[in-house]
Amino acid sequence: MFESKQNIITNTYPTWKYLLLVVITVLGLTYAMPNLFGDDPAVQVSPAKSVEFSAETQTTVSMALQAANLPVKSSVFEGGRFLIRFENTEDQLKAKSVLKTLLGRQAVVALNLAPATPDFLRGVGASPMYLGLDLRGGVHFLMDVDMETAVSKAYSRYVDEIKAALREEKVRYLTVEVEGEAENAVLAVQFKDLETMQAGLVTLDATYSDRFTFKTVEETASPRVLLSLSSKTIAETKKYALHQNITTLRNRVNELGVAEPVIQQQGDRRIVVELPGVQDTARAKEILGATATLEFRLVEEKGDAYRADKTGYAPNGSIIYHFRDGKPILLKRRSIVGGENVVNASSGIDAQQGSSMVNVTLDGAGGRKMLATTKENVGNRMAVVFIENRVETIEQDGVEVKKRITTKDVINAAVIRGQFADRFQITGLDSPQEAQDLALLLRAGALAAPMEIVEERTVGPSLGQDNINQGFMSVIVGFVLVLILMALRYKTFGMVANVALTLNLIIIIAVLSMLQATLTLPGIAGIVLTVGMAVDANVLIFERIREEMRNSPIQTAIHAGYEKAFVTIADANITTLLAAIVLFSFGTGPIKGFAITLSIGIITSMFTAILGTRAVINLMYGNKRVQKLSI
Amino acid sequence: MSNEMHTTNINFMGQRHIAMALSAVLIIASFTGLWIKGLNFGIDFTGGTLVELSYPEPVDLPKLRTDLSEAGFGLAIAQHFGSAEDVLIRIAPRDGLNSAQLSNRVMDSLKAASEDEFTLRRVEFVGPQVGDELTEDGALAVLYALFGVLIYVALRFEWRFSVGSVAALIHDVILTIGVFAWTGMQFDLTVLAAILAVIGYSLNDTIVVFDRVRENFRTMRDGSPLHVTNVAVNQMLSRTIMTSLTTLVVLLALFFLGGEVIHGFATALIVGVVVGTYSSTYVASAVALLLGVSKEDLMTAPKEEKDSEAAELELQRLFHEHEARMEVKAASKGKRLDHDEDDEVIPK
Repeated sequence: MFESKQNIITNTYPTWKYLLLVVITVLGLTYAMPNLFGDDPAVQVSPAKSVEFSAETQTTVSMALQAANLPVKSSVFEGGRFLIRFENTEDQLKAKSVLKTLLGRQAVVALNLAPATPDFLRGVGASPMYLGLDLRGGVHFLMDVDMETAVSKAYSRYVDEIKAALREEKVRYLTVEVEGEAENAVLAVQFKDLETMQAGLVTLDATYSDRFTFKTVEETASPRVLLSLSSKTIAETKKYALHQNITTLRNRVNELGVAEPVIQQQGDRRIVVELPGVQDTARAKEILGATATLEFRLVEEKGDAYRADKTGYAPNGSIIYHFRDGKPILLKRRSIVGGENVVNASSGIDAQQGSSMVNVTLDGAGGRKMLATTKENVGNRMAVVFIENRVETIEQDGVEVKKRITTKDVINAAVIRGQFADRFQITGLDSPQEAQDLALLLRAGALAAPMEIVEERTVGPSLGQDNINQGFMSVIVGFVLVLILMALRYKTFGMVANVALTLNLIIIIAVLSMLQATLTLPGIAGIVLTVGMAVDANVLIFERIREEMRNSPIQTAIHAGYEKAFVTIADANITTLLAAIVLFSFGTGPIKGFAITLSIGIITSMFTAILGTRAVINLMYGNKRVQKLSI
Repeated sequence: MSNEMHTTNINFMGQRHIAMALSAVLIIASFTGLWIKGLNFGIDFTGGTLVELSYPEPVDLPKLRTDLSEAGFGLAIAQHFGSAEDVLIRIAPRDGLNSAQLSNRVMDSLKAASEDEFTLRRVEFVGPQVGDELTEDGALAVLYALFGVLIYVALRFEWRFSVGSVAALIHDVILTIGVFAWTGMQFDLTVLAAILAVIGYSLNDTIVVFDRVRENFRTMRDGSPLHVTNVAVNQMLSRTIMTSLTTLVVLLALFFLGGEVIHGFATALIVGVVVGTYSSTYVASAVALLLGVSKEDLMTAPKEEKDSEAAELELQRLFHEHEARMEVKAASKGKRLDHDEDDEVIPK
């Protein structure tokens, strides 16, 4: 860079700007590249809860596949699960059924499309864009948790407890009832006279002041104490209801065998469930809509569970049950209490042993039954059975039959250490996580607030593929047409802008891949629109250069064209970005995709259209005597 | 495409009264359309169920309709979608028939009624409650976008410009919605997204013209606001045409090749781009003129005076000053200098 006497505007760029451009181009190409390689049909095998895969599993799996004569392209054990790639979809489907029979309920076997990214790209963390449900096919559900019922249930749970508390203090009450619904509900405790009411208020206040707020109705005819749950307790109840529904949904989705399910909280009462690749929406709805309940049963210690499981015959008075990992256990035929008797369950730490535990609270009736049973069974084990009921449509001899399916899993079996009634602890759990899961399942089986599907979007595989093809086609055609227009209008400068536009497209794809943002059909539309609008910056600059050329020397014109157009470009793009941000914050799934690609496109286009083209133009014309520009 | 080097000199602003009358007529027509025909809202907003099926052979719609009504879905609307083989069945939300199970029941009954094996293309179910929320969110989104623009332009330019640009945006949104009312095309979430994109695009166009108007107010010694605006519009004319053209070209590609699902989206944007290009000249600038925007308004804005861009407007003159200074510096220090890096910091 040195002084030229004729033109002080030399239009040269410092080396670092060129380096920056080269680096970004290389990065863009690297991270955009994985999208060229497509997918391998694969089967993903992840362990069921409380099961861990070992080297042994790997051998069994590969032996089974070999026996079935299914050639494996590659098999990776990563993050505790297998990803087995196949040459074609046919092998993939066969392998799924083979593995499903082999592993049974110990594993979730799911079909997946594994990106065929070459190792050298995977080494730098490059992976292809994540395709949205409208492109790869699948189901999107929005579930609404019935919070009104959750709150109402919370009230009715306390009825027995309050009765018991009053009885214990020998305060005579007439009735304890829930009045009103949901948020407006109150627990009304009616007393004979004002005096007993005062005594009752003292008793209730001593135990429940942390959860309830009290109001008294001092009518002589029917004095009452009205208890309303504090807003904190209501908020907690709702949070619980949401979490336990998410947990049960997770368990159920595992049953569906979906490779990459998304189960997410949305807002304070909604749950989004996305199941890529699932086509049978009827079955998905049936499984997600299952109802759960619980049973406490005594363990039959006399028989041999394994032998019973093999022969299928259980000793008299007992039934064969299984743990989630498939281990059999014999339980007494008669259940002690059911899920309807469970008032609450929460996880905690056992102060004496320091291990994790779950606190369970039963209602009055449940407590009495539990007391009667535990009195005579100290030292025996008691199991918790989790039961899910659902209606499934199954094809039988070409006819579709609705069939009621019940799954019963033993989720815990613990030794009864002493007699107890309505409050007890399940201790000795391995981890706080296990305690939390158990508490959640106990609550889910007992008092889950009902859920309802309020939105469904299913895209079949053929439409998904069409969307990809059509989206791809419109990007290419739109892109080529813009290239032609620019070349015709701005000649050499137009070609430079075209190089920048190509780079822009590559960078958009690279950024989307790096962010692992979900590409949707509206997202593709966003890319198409960006291609059309991105050249605006160059159009502004080139028109300005033409204008400046009328009364300035060429080098000055180029410089002024870029400088003066910059403010306009920035202003115009910031406002478009503003609209895109509004879109993003208000939009749902697919609309968000559009907003994301539009925003990324605006930002990258600023870079390529200004810095990129300037660099090339400086290289071509900078610091040279130019008589005429091809613009 | 000509390689014309002269700026056109069309008296755009002279025709602004005719244009405003035209805009007024179009806006009234849009409202009439909304009033008479209303918008054909998609299930995103109304709630309901939509099932798209693909048959191996062209579908006999009357028969399909009979099958549907025999199965108890008499109020279902069935139509071809994109091709004769594809059908779209829409079922409005009704009491008691309002669950996610509805789509399955429709498919079950169609399977039973016909021998043709269809494949499921897509199912959309939106509960009425969610529909209401989406409508509310959508309306809010448009309002927030407009409000954001109002503030940004007011800060960046001046309130008259701000009002002008928002007037243009409202104009564009109303006309685009009007087209949807008159044609009866379905108005769904993607169309709403397109309208927000139209706001972004039209604004882009408006800002570019305003930017030039502001610059001209500063550089042109003489000239009424009308003349200054006219010159700016003419100066930006080839840019406006070129950018609209490239955008329209890609949108047409999307319209013809993007598939049926994206049709409404592409249509809204095409209408929006055409209307937006027109409105940035005739509505935005005209309204700003009508409100009496003047040279003083822009020159006295205290914020602008410090702005480095004010200095840039006199780039020509400053280059010479710059040159002289550099030469002095270079002579005294004997250093090599990089001008590119220094241009920005020239004091006025």
